[in-house]
Amino acid sequence: MRISWLIPILVLLAVIIPVAQFTDYHLFQLTMVVVYAIAILGLSLLTGFNGQISLGHGAFYAIGAYTTAILMTTWNMPYWMTLPVSAVVCAVFGFLIGLPALRLGGLYLALTTFALAVAIPQILKYKAIDEWTGGVQGLVIDKPDAPFGLPLSPDQWLYIFTAFVAAVLYLIAWNVVHGRVGRAMMAIRDHSMAAEAMGINLPMVKTSAFAMSAMYTGLAGSLGAIAVQFVAPDSFQVFVSVFLFVGLVVGGVSSIGGTLIGAAFIEFIPNFADKLSKAAPSAVYGVILIAVMFLMPMGAGGFLYSMWRKMVGPRGGAPTQPATKTGAVTYNDGAGLTGTGSRSPELVERPAGVDGRPEV
Amino acid sequence: MFAGVLHQIMSGIATGGIYASVALALVMIYQATHHVNFAQGEMATFSTYITLTFINAGFPYWIALATAVVLSFIVGVAIERVLMRPLANAPVLASVGVFIGLLLIVNSLSGWFFDYTIKQFPTPFPDHPMLGGYLSGHELGSTAVTLIVLISVYLFFRHTRLGLAMRAAAFNPVSSRLVGVRVGWMLALGWGLAAAIGAIAGAMVAPIVFLDPNMMAGILLYAFAGALLGGIDNPLGAVIGGFMVGVIENLGGAYLVGTELKLTLALVIIVTVLTIKPTGLMGRKVFSRV
Repeated sequence: MRISWLIPILVLLAVIIPVAQFTDYHLFQLTMVVVYAIAILGLSLLTGFNGQISLGHGAFYAIGAYTTAILMTTWNMPYWMTLPVSAVVCAVFGFLIGLPALRLGGLYLALTTFALAVAIPQILKYKAIDEWTGGVQGLVIDKPDAPFGLPLSPDQWLYIFTAFVAAVLYLIAWNVVHGRVGRAMMAIRDHSMAAEAMGINLPMVKTSAFAMSAMYTGLAGSLGAIAVQFVAPDSFQVFVSVFLFVGLVVGGVSSIGGTLIGAAFIEFIPNFADKLSKAAPSAVYGVILIAVMFLMPMGAGGFLYSMWRKMVGPRGGAPTQPATKTGAVTYNDGAGLTGTGSRSPELVERPAGVDGRPEV
Repeated sequence: MFAGVLHQIMSGIATGGIYASVALALVMIYQATHHVNFAQGEMATFSTYITLTFINAGFPYWIALATAVVLSFIVGVAIERVLMRPLANAPVLASVGVFIGLLLIVNSLSGWFFDYTIKQFPTPFPDHPMLGGYLSGHELGSTAVTLIVLISVYLFFRHTRLGLAMRAAAFNPVSSRLVGVRVGWMLALGWGLAAAIGAIAGAMVAPIVFLDPNMMAGILLYAFAGALLGGIDNPLGAVIGGFMVGVIENLGGAYLVGTELKLTLALVIIVTVLTIKPTGLMGRKVFSRV
C-alpha cells in the first residue's frame, strides 16, 4: 500500500514544522494534544476495540501523572526513566481493576469506573500518603532541558520527546489491534459468548486489554505531568475522565487515527468556548457529544475512514479493516446488557450475522 | 460511646433517606428502560436552583418547591421524548454517551445561570435539636419528607391504574402495548417522576451540603451504591439500600476511614456488591436466552 510510506513522512512533518515555526505556547498546546491522544488511544483500546465502557480513565491518567511526579521529586529520577516505571504501575492497577470488571456488563462497568473517577481526588488527598503526594498542594516538577546540548527550548524538546513516545505507542497499538490479540478483543466486543466458544481466553484477553489500556492512559498522564510541571488532586476531578470519553466518542470509538481528532477537540474547544463563558466548554462538549451519538455514531475518525473507502474503492485498506468498521456503536451486542439479561430476548436487536438462536 | 454510635446511626438514616430517594429515581428509570441516568444528580441540582430562585423571588418555601417539582417533571418528560426515545434500542455506549452529554450540559447550565459560588439553602424546619438531641430539626424533617415521598410512590404504583400501567410497561412492553397501554408515554412518565423525586431530594440535601453546581456528584454515587446494594431492579430494595448506605457512610466516616475517604467508601460498596452479589440484596436473578 502507498499509505505505508506516507504515514512516517506525515509524522516527521508534524514534528519538524511546529518545532521550527510555532511559539513555545503553541508547542505546549500541541504537546497536550499528543498527550490526550495517547490517553484516548488507551481508552479506545478498551472501549472501542474490546467493548468495555470506562468512564474512569482519568484515574489512570492521575496515577501515571503522580507516579512520574513522585519519582521525579522524591527520588530525583530523570523524567525519561519514570516512563517505564509509570507504565508498569498503571498496567498493574489496570489489571487489578480489570478483574472485578470481568463480572460487570457494559452499563455496570461504566458505573463502577464512574465511581472511581469521582473518588480519585479524595484518594489523592488522603493524609496517610501526603508525604509522597503533597496532599492538597500537589507536587511541582521541573521541565527537562534538551539533552546533549541541543539548541532547543525545553518546550521544543518536550514536544519532540512526547511525539516520539506517541509514535512508538501508536505503532504498538496498531500492531496489537491488527494482530491476533486485536481480533480476539474485537470478537469479544462483538459477541463475547461466540468468541469464548471459539476458544478465546475471555478473562485473559479482557484483563490484558484493561491493563494495556490503563498503561497507555497512565503514560499519557506521565507525559502530561512533565509538560504541565504540576500535579494536584483537583486537576484530576471526574471531568478529566468525562472529557477523555468525549474525545473518544468524537474521534470515533474504534478508530486509531480518530484519537488525534478527539484529542485536538478536547484541547482546543475550551480555548474557543471560554470566551463565551466559563460554563461554555462543557456545554459545547455535551451538545456535540449528543449530536455525534445521533448523527455520526462512528465519530469523526469513522466518518473520514468511510469517506476514504468510498474514494479509494473496495480494494483500499488491509483485509482486517472491515472488522474495525463494525464499531461498538453500530451494532454491538457484546457491550450490551446480555450478560445480565435485563432485556427480554425478543426485544434485543441482534447483528445479522451472529444471530444467537438456539439451534440445538 | 454508645450515644455517639446511636447519633451516627440516626443521622445516617437521615442522609440515607436522601440517597434512598435518588436511588429510587435511578431504579425507576432503570426498570423501565434499562438505562442508568448518569445525569440524574445534575438534573436534581438544577431543580434545586429553580426552587431557590422561586424562594428568592418571594414565594413561600413549599409553593416554590412544588413549582420546581412540577417543572422538573415536565422537563423530565421532555428529555425522554426528545433525547431518549430514538435510542430505545441503541447499544449501551450510545445511551451512556447521551447521558454523559446531558450531564455536561445540565452541569454547565447550572453554572451559567446561577454561577459557581456556593450558596446557602433555606430549610423549612425548625433548627433546634429533636428526639433528645440525636437529630437536628432539618434531619428529622427531611427524613419525614423522604418517607412521605417513598410511601406515596409505593401507593401510586400499587393502587392506581396509572401505576399499574407503568409497571406493566416496564415489565413487558410488548404485551402491555397489546392490551392498550401506551408504553412510550409510560416511560416518559417514569422519567418525569424520577426528575420530580430528584427535585425533592435536592431541596432536602441542599441545606446540609450547600448548593453548588457539583452538589449531587457525591450523592449520586451513594445513590448508585444504595441502588446496587438493594438490587437495581427492585424499588423497595433500592430504598432500603439507600438507607443502609447512609448508615454505613456515617459509621465508616466516623470510626473507620475518616471523612476524607467517604466517597471511596461508596466505590468500595459498589465494587463489593457487584463482585460478590451482583443482583444486590433483594434483586432478582435474571436469565437471558442466547
